Amino acid sequence: MVENRSESYVQGPVLSRREALLAGAGTVALAALPSQSTAATGSPAKEVSPMTLTMTVNGELHVLTIDPRQSILDVLRETLDLTGTKKGCNQGACGACTVLVDGKRIVSCLTLACMHDGARIETIEGLEKDGVLHPLQEAFVAHEGLQCGFCTPGQIMSGVGCIAEGHAGSTDEIRFWMSGNICRCGAYPGIVAAVADAAGRD
Amino acid sequence: MLPFTMEKPESAEAAIAAAAGGARYIAGGTTLVDLMREEVERPERLVDINALPLGGIRVEGDDLVIGALARMSEVAADRNVQRLQPLIAESLIEGASPQLRNMASMGGNMLQRVRCPYFRMLDAGCNKRTPGSGCAAIDGLNAGHAILGTSEHCVATHPSDVAVALVALDATMRVRGPEGERSFPIEELFRLPGDTPHLEHTLLPGELIVELRVPGGPYSRRARYLKVRDRASYEFALVSAAAALSVEGGVIREARLAVGGVGTRPWRLRDCEAALVGKRLERPAFEAAAHLATQGARPLQHNHFKVELLPRTIVRALEMAGEVA
Ligand SMILES: Cc1cc2nc3c(=O)[nH]c(=O)nc-3n(C[C@H](O)[C@H](O)[C@H](O)COP(=O)(O)OP(=O)(O)OC[C@H]3O[C@@H](n4cnc5c(N)ncnc54)[C@H](O)[C@@H]3O)c2cc1C
Ligand code: SF4
Ligand code: FES
Ligand code: FES
Repeated sequence: MVENRSESYVQGPVLSRREALLAGAGTVALAALPSQSTAATGSPAKEVSPMTLTMTVNGELHVLTIDPRQSILDVLRETLDLTGTKKGCNQGACGACTVLVDGKRIVSCLTLACMHDGARIETIEGLEKDGVLHPLQEAFVAHEGLQCGFCTPGQIMSGVGCIAEGHAGSTDEIRFWMSGNICRCGAYPGIVAAVADAAGRD
Repeated sequence: MLPFTMEKPESAEAAIAAAAGGARYIAGGTTLVDLMREEVERPERLVDINALPLGGIRVEGDDLVIGALARMSEVAADRNVQRLQPLIAESLIEGASPQLRNMASMGGNMLQRVRCPYFRMLDAGCNKRTPGSGCAAIDGLNAGHAILGTSEHCVATHPSDVAVALVALDATMRVRGPEGERSFPIEELFRLPGDTPHLEHTLLPGELIVELRVPGGPYSRRARYLKVRDRASYEFALVSAAAALSVEGGVIREARLAVGGVGTRPWRLRDCEAALVGKRLERPAFEAAAHLATQGARPLQHNHFKVELLPRTIVRALEMAGEVA
């Protein structure tokens, strides 16, 4: 929902929530930028040499020059402006940042981008094809697998991985194999139903 | 996160030379990146070991051999692991989350750092992070902390699940360093905190974990891992138990038992094992043995419940192992 809105805002004169944050609440937004974290803690400055690597994100090849401290999550959100992938805890504990790297679901906040030169990454933005939602996206809508929607991109990418692994055979199995994704709104019944439904359709 | 340089050596020799010169290995990064971001870990040089040939899982005679770079998910799903050492598979599945298990390596798992909240808080005293700064947990929130193997300097538990299973099964570790290779029981990897809680393991500078070796025994198949925690999944153990039994004619011939969530290192219970041998596979024998587990326990203000929960978890794990066909 938020994503659709910000897309339409980008066309017009009104700032998206993200742009407003970047423009107005500079300290908050900038604190997330890795280049600022050194300054923020007052640690001794040391030269950081940028690294160049390639990454295929949702089928598109990118040549990127990055700070070695950037996680894949930071590269997606800050460098490629793919803000569908969310930063919840930034500590590996919530699953909001789940993406597929070389076909496997991982938490992108604990993954240094510079260790994944040549990787193939799939994010929530890549699921929709030619205007048609992925079956799991459709199932999330049909089963109301969300409330605020913040955890949803991570839930869906994790669900795609869960189904591909063959771990969506029963409700109990889904609950266990989706437990790496926390939903603060407690939309779990809908999430489990959506994964079960999409697994059945596959 | 403080600045660092990243090296990607193509040979183990080059990696070991870099590490002997002060660089840190990084595998899955699920411990290290997290703690570097908090500036609890401050390595200036990282060595990415993922290109080294340290992966794979193989069977050698009765032994299961697991490469240091094998991922937790890969090991848990491996047919040979499930067939020969189901305890390893079960303890892995009960740890972390599917995403983290896809990332985390077996070598890194052995050297994961404590989950004590004060260890991560730069403004709290923590002898493990900053030697001599005190231990905020001893008079703080310590429900998750250890009751066995603690010292007045540190009371944090070792958080790994699979290490508990490996210690129960007498697994060994092969490491390679600047001086060559050596193998030793994994149990000897972990130090007690004593008055040097910042020293957690017994690896020498530059030593690289190459592989883990799990010997097969008559108890390997009749083995279960039970993890008791605040949520049904994706949470560290309050108490866990790895139990393996060899049974003939309803009588226990051999037992292997180790527990997690209660000790400052994965905690092997040899007295309990000895008490089970020769006994009938029945609850009274389990209870008598489990009773010995808390000898010497030193509970803190908020973790007294572990003194009761530990024997109960052991009894249930032994029952579960006994029920394996
Ligand atoms: C939210 C969360 C929940 C978790 N829950 C659990 C749980 O329930 N149970 C559990 O057991 N674990 C749990 N973990 C911990 C996880 O299993 C470990 O972080 C992981 O196994 C570490 O492996 P890694 O490859 O990512 O290590 P890294 O972070 O890459 O490295 C960790 C350490 O090991 C060293 N190292 C790595 N490989 C080698 C090698 N081959 N030789 C020498 N040194 C090496 C590194 O230098 C570093 O010091 C959890 C982690 C998170 C973030
Ligand atoms: S228990 Fe150990 S890790 Fe925790 S604050 Fe005390 S010294 Fe630090
Ligand atoms: S943001 Fe990565 S797991 Fe929470
Ligand atoms: S829908 Fe709000 S956190 Fe999951």
